[in-house]
Amino acid sequence: MYQYDNYDQTLVNERAAQFRNQTERFLKGELSEAQFLPLRLMNGLYVQKHAPMLRIAIPYGLLASRQLRMLAHIARTYDKGYGHFTTRQNIQFNWPKLEDVPNVLAELATVQMHAIQTSGNCIRNVTSDHLAGVSQDELEDPRPYCEIIRQWSTLHPEFSFLPRKFKIAINGAAKDRAATQLHDIGLQLVKNERDEVGFEVLVGGGLGRTPIIGVTIRPFLEKKHLLSYLEAILRVYNRYGRRDNKFKARIKILVKELGKEKFTEMVEAEWAAIKDNLLLDLEEIERIRKFFQPPPYETLTDDPPLLEKTAHDSRFAAWFRHNTVPHKVPGYRVVFLSLKTPGKPPGDLTESQMDSVADLADRYSFGEIRVTHTQNLVLADVKQADLLELWQEIQALGLATPNIGTATDIICCPGLDFCSLANATSIPIANGIQHIFDNLDYLYDLGDIRINISGCMNGCGHHTVGHIGILGVDKKGEEWYQITLGGSSGKDASLGERLGPSVSKEQICLAVEAIFQTYRDQRLEDEAFLETVRRIGMRPFQERVYGDN
Amino acid sequence: MEIIKDGHVVTNDWRHLSDDEVLPEQAITVSVQRWKSEKDRLLTGGVPLGLRLNSDDSLEELAADLGFFSIIVLEFRKFTDGRSFSLARLLRERYGFDRELRARGDFLRDQIFFLSRVGINAFEPNGSANLQEMLPALQEFSVKYQAAVDVKEPLYRRRK
Ligand code: HEM
Ligand code: SF4
Repeated sequence: MYQYDNYDQTLVNERAAQFRNQTERFLKGELSEAQFLPLRLMNGLYVQKHAPMLRIAIPYGLLASRQLRMLAHIARTYDKGYGHFTTRQNIQFNWPKLEDVPNVLAELATVQMHAIQTSGNCIRNVTSDHLAGVSQDELEDPRPYCEIIRQWSTLHPEFSFLPRKFKIAINGAAKDRAATQLHDIGLQLVKNERDEVGFEVLVGGGLGRTPIIGVTIRPFLEKKHLLSYLEAILRVYNRYGRRDNKFKARIKILVKELGKEKFTEMVEAEWAAIKDNLLLDLEEIERIRKFFQPPPYETLTDDPPLLEKTAHDSRFAAWFRHNTVPHKVPGYRVVFLSLKTPGKPPGDLTESQMDSVADLADRYSFGEIRVTHTQNLVLADVKQADLLELWQEIQALGLATPNIGTATDIICCPGLDFCSLANATSIPIANGIQHIFDNLDYLYDLGDIRINISGCMNGCGHHTVGHIGILGVDKKGEEWYQITLGGSSGKDASLGERLGPSVSKEQICLAVEAIFQTYRDQRLEDEAFLETVRRIGMRPFQERVYGDN
Repeated sequence: MEIIKDGHVVTNDWRHLSDDEVLPEQAITVSVQRWKSEKDRLLTGGVPLGLRLNSDDSLEELAADLGFFSIIVLEFRKFTDGRSFSLARLLRERYGFDRELRARGDFLRDQIFFLSRVGINAFEPNGSANLQEMLPALQEFSVKYQAAVDVKEPLYRRRK
């Protein structure tokens, strides 16, 4: 994991001091609401329904155990004892007092954490694959580039007042676990015909009220040009992005209005003028890469007694099958901690769970934890021989629900329970759907299904790219839900298609169940839910959900 | 009236001429529109000239004229409009403008660190801002990760 040196540490300290000054000026009336707004947003501070909401950065989802312990401390001391992991691999606290936020930031700075650029119209926290460095399908570890971009984008003097927020994601694996096609800039590590590794550059993806899938504007970018190319894209966007209408201010609209060719031409022209002055040194890439070296793995072989253990205990077997995945190093395995316990808000973790997870990370996984964009946690480097013991501990914490990737592993925004922008509740809908499955065999029979729920069209819950997407809409003061089918944020990214008229709160879980039933009736052998939807289209699902009439 | 220039509070010696005012015998800045329509007259007026650029003015069109100006003023009509941050950098780095580059209008104390990094060396905020109190904001951060107008090398090349 990247280790802060004096420079990095000084910067977060200075940022905390600056925010203390800004908050004081606001509380004294020297800054107006309107002036304080972008300043606090750039520090992840929203003013929400019940209280301010503070979003803390977890760069590319990577956390050290001491950092997680600090988050536990913050939850305990300044909030109501829990935090909420988000689809952008960050964490949000829903109840801090504005006066306390400077102290929260000062405490976070002691463990190299902060809230810099977790919101506001600037380059946001860079996201990546939660299996970076350990998966078998990886061309190259994307995290050194994430860190290089983190440093480049932090307090970038030219790009801190953009037309809108700006999100960058990087993926290094064959599978896309970072939703790169749905970001303002997506970077995919690829090999060219000369066997050199570089980046495919995608631009103009995004969710929200106008969801769009990004387009490739450069199939191959040499590593040394990474920052100059980003700078060129950002400058074109900063100068020519629409500022007259906040809904049209995203780069996706600029790309759409100009057309991919014209946009690409402008970026290339800008890039040509700066590229030789802004080369990224290959030695710097190497220096940063050293921070992401594999941990001191033992020399092991894959553990045959494991199979026996799974044979003995069917609950362990189910957890092993669903909540762990292969590791590239023999004798190790990747473990998911499910934050999707039925009946709990998806993505929530209590302060005591945070402390315990930090301890488990120390004992079983080199002291590191990762946050996934599906709102779960990962211990990436667990010895297979430790799995049974670890499982028992995780079970005691309530984080062993064997449901990763299944229909109860739901992405869900806070909705009407916390968010002042919401049209409808979302957490209770997630819980309602989880409730359908009192029988795990039924859950597993449905296989991989991604259900995503947002309480309004801002799309924080990624509903447009759910295999089943659920969007809260307001109808004359009542909560209704719009269903989409067929979305995906993976390599085969697609936007869901609307099923039909929205359904009432009473009906939404029944409708989802009808969708499951239709799939069971219609699927071919081994066909996953998404494939069935793509093959048979909306019709059979509509008939089942809305009746034939 | 006073402004901040090169880190100090100093007297402003430029008059920002509106488009219908008669030419005074004094250093003036003019809008792009006035510059375009009265270029010849302004050049023979015998007073030092400056240009005021809005965030949506086309820099590319004016590139050939930059040598006529002793000052360029970037007008901030709204502090959230970040276009002039790019204009400043382009003026300094691409067009080699090395004289006074001034931010004027609606910007915040909290932005002057960023503005100074993109090459702006003078600040003329709206209204009654306390300029002395603003000065420390120029040094709010001692760490600068990126190369910009003020530092030519990214931090990683300067790291010890
Ligand atoms: C209660 C606090 C929250 C507020 C006020 C809030 C506000 C917003 C707003 C206004 C947008 C609209 C963006 C646009 O128009 O493009 C948005 C989008 C988004 N938010 Fe939130 N949000 C909140 C919580 C969350 C949470 C909990 C998550 C993660 C689970 C999240 C992740 C996202 C994502 C991924 C997008 C989509 C952005 C895109 O790529 O277009 N937000 N949010
Ligand atoms: S999708 Fe809407 S309701 Fe949900 S968190 Fe985002 S803004 Fe709030």
